[in-house]
Amino acid sequence: MLKRTARLVATTFVAASLMLSVAACSKGGATSTNAATAGGTQTLTLWTHNAGNKGELGAIQQVVDDYNASQTTYKVDLQAFPQDSYNQSVVAAAASKKLPCILDIDQPNVANWAWAGYLAPITGMDDILAKYLPSTVAKWNGKTYAYGYYDVALTWVTRTSILKKYGIRVPTVDQPWTGEEFMAALKKVKDSGDFKYPADMATGWTGEWWPYGYSPQLQAFGGDLINRTDYKSADGVLNGEAAIKWANWFAGMAKDGYMPKKSSADPAADFMNGKSAFLWNGSWTAVPTREKFGDDVLFAPPVDFGNGGKIGGGSWTWGYSTGCSSPEGALDYLKFASADKYVAKVSADTNNIPTTDAAAAMVPGFEPGGENDVFRQISKKYTVMRPETPGYPFIATTFGKAAQDILNGADPKTTLDQAVKDIDDNQKANDYFQQ
Amino acid sequence: MSTVEAATHPAPPVVRAHSHKRNRRSTSVAVAMLVPAAVLMITFLIIPIFLTFGLAFTNARLISPVPARFVGFDNFVRLFTNDTFWKSLLNTIVFTIVIVPVQSGLALGLAILVNAKVRGTNFFRTVYFLPVVTSMVVVSMLWLFMYQPDGLINVLLAKVGITGPDWLGDPKTALFAIIVLSIWQAVGFHMVIWLSGLQTIPAELYEAASIDGAGRWQQFVHVTWPGLRQTSIFILITITIAAFSLFTQVNIMTQGGPLDSTSTLVYMAVFTGFQQQQTGYAAAISLVFFALVLTVSLIQRYLTRDKGATR
Repeated sequence: MLKRTARLVATTFVAASLMLSVAACSKGGATSTNAATAGGTQTLTLWTHNAGNKGELGAIQQVVDDYNASQTTYKVDLQAFPQDSYNQSVVAAAASKKLPCILDIDQPNVANWAWAGYLAPITGMDDILAKYLPSTVAKWNGKTYAYGYYDVALTWVTRTSILKKYGIRVPTVDQPWTGEEFMAALKKVKDSGDFKYPADMATGWTGEWWPYGYSPQLQAFGGDLINRTDYKSADGVLNGEAAIKWANWFAGMAKDGYMPKKSSADPAADFMNGKSAFLWNGSWTAVPTREKFGDDVLFAPPVDFGNGGKIGGGSWTWGYSTGCSSPEGALDYLKFASADKYVAKVSADTNNIPTTDAAAAMVPGFEPGGENDVFRQISKKYTVMRPETPGYPFIATTFGKAAQDILNGADPKTTLDQAVKDIDDNQKANDYFQQ
Repeated sequence: MSTVEAATHPAPPVVRAHSHKRNRRSTSVAVAMLVPAAVLMITFLIIPIFLTFGLAFTNARLISPVPARFVGFDNFVRLFTNDTFWKSLLNTIVFTIVIVPVQSGLALGLAILVNAKVRGTNFFRTVYFLPVVTSMVVVSMLWLFMYQPDGLINVLLAKVGITGPDWLGDPKTALFAIIVLSIWQAVGFHMVIWLSGLQTIPAELYEAASIDGAGRWQQFVHVTWPGLRQTSIFILITITIAAFSLFTQVNIMTQGGPLDSTSTLVYMAVFTGFQQQQTGYAAAISLVFFALVLTVSLIQRYLTRDKGATR
């Protein structure tokens, strides 16, 4: 009797839960309570990854407050998440159909989330977004899904005094170092023995840094993560001759003692303490390095390894979800928030590159000729977007692992061939992300 | 069984009915006590296992507008031809084979030491137990710094004239480095379990043994070890399962590298399932892992079964 009841209870329970979870699995858009109406005012939920990041969160709060004060039809309700768990929160919300109305998205995820049906395309803002840096407007399949206030730029951080001492040419945005020039410079510095390592490429960081930081170097050699004509295969670009050359250079940098195989957790601190002479890092290092070295610090453009210098593009961007019950409200907010003064405010508070010329003129240092203008120029001239395909998260992790293996001595050709096979299999398994 | 029947048969019917009623009441109490645990187990253990079984045969993805499709054994075929999988499996097994005897042996040694009747044992018990109450994430971060090429460990080695390797950067030493830190972190926990076992052994047995002229070693072999039988089975099984599920240290310190030398089945499942969004494939890895742990546990159960009871 007991056994039978228990079995019945258990079976019912399993069946019920299975049905629930199956229902939760059917993903995509969502109908939810993210836009509630109260007394004629609609509340729109807004999610951001900025919890704990005082500067940026304060700036976004300012935009939201201004918007709420400017009209009475909608009220935007800001909810902040810590960055580390933000993506999981959004994915979980989508699975349970509780996506917020407005949300910010890390640019390389935009295509993936748009394909998955999380994001709705932004319409009617083409004129405004035409003035934005192309790398801050996230597009997929010919539609715009999100825009960002700022971008960051990768540079070789060094010091004018170092270049002078070792007789190295000071590069300009228009004339970056060539590959031979750069390697000769590293050799001179290494032979002097003045530094523990001539260069540091922050190889101790993990995750998205690997594709963001090192795939532009692969592109500077002439390779790429995927063939961008149709985004179907990586064959020939990720394992071609140019890619093998990049891989040998990359592994050689560590093997020949030009950079640490695994950098410390804070490579910028090592650079400032005189352990390295050239630091491959983002514009975010400008503030601390200037504090330390003043005018001596120099931000050099990416090295041209034959195919022109390249850097990655795209940072956090704003869009709205398919689950928003008031798309007009979301679009109204996005339009309001795209004004130059907000671009200026958010970039200034985060020390990033403002996306519009008008905003750049308002942010101290970013005006033409200002000390930070170099980042804007580098960004304009050298940015290559990370591949805008829904397969990007897979491509990024596969490339990251392959690059790590190559740095640790794996055979470049076999490793890259395997990476190409994995990426191609994944693109194919998803029917090339056609809709 | 036969003794129970012999006792109940001659009893008058009234007593039987009475005992029946009591039985029913104790049954409902048992059900009531079982329900909370059963609900939790079913929701968070049994159902996920069944879902994993199902997902492993589909191409389900973490994020996708396309519904999952049944793909038969595709995931398993892919898995068994994947070098990283075999390396992860090997690493998991090596880790377990080293951890189980070394960690339980060390823990037993420590337990016997801190069980000695001398002053200050409480201090040592606390010291050995401290790493256990520290989160594994924190421990991993600390050892990450200590293992750096110019970290604490190599500096100490250099003092005695040894040039330490790049512990976590060299495929030959990375897994070993993780094994050492894992033992350091968890040994205190098993020491406490051994200690509780040691304290259940009556002191008279030792007294009797010493009167019979048994030395320390003989006392250990003939009194202590037999007295710890149940404890040792518990420790064997818990360490084995904990060792198989190695993840945190790898995730924080090496991300499976260099060259897959520290990748484990659980790490691989999490990496493919969440970073690479291949839910179905990750479910297949989990299923293989489940089968492995189940097999090993069953073998252990069989080998350590109470042979006296079957007689």
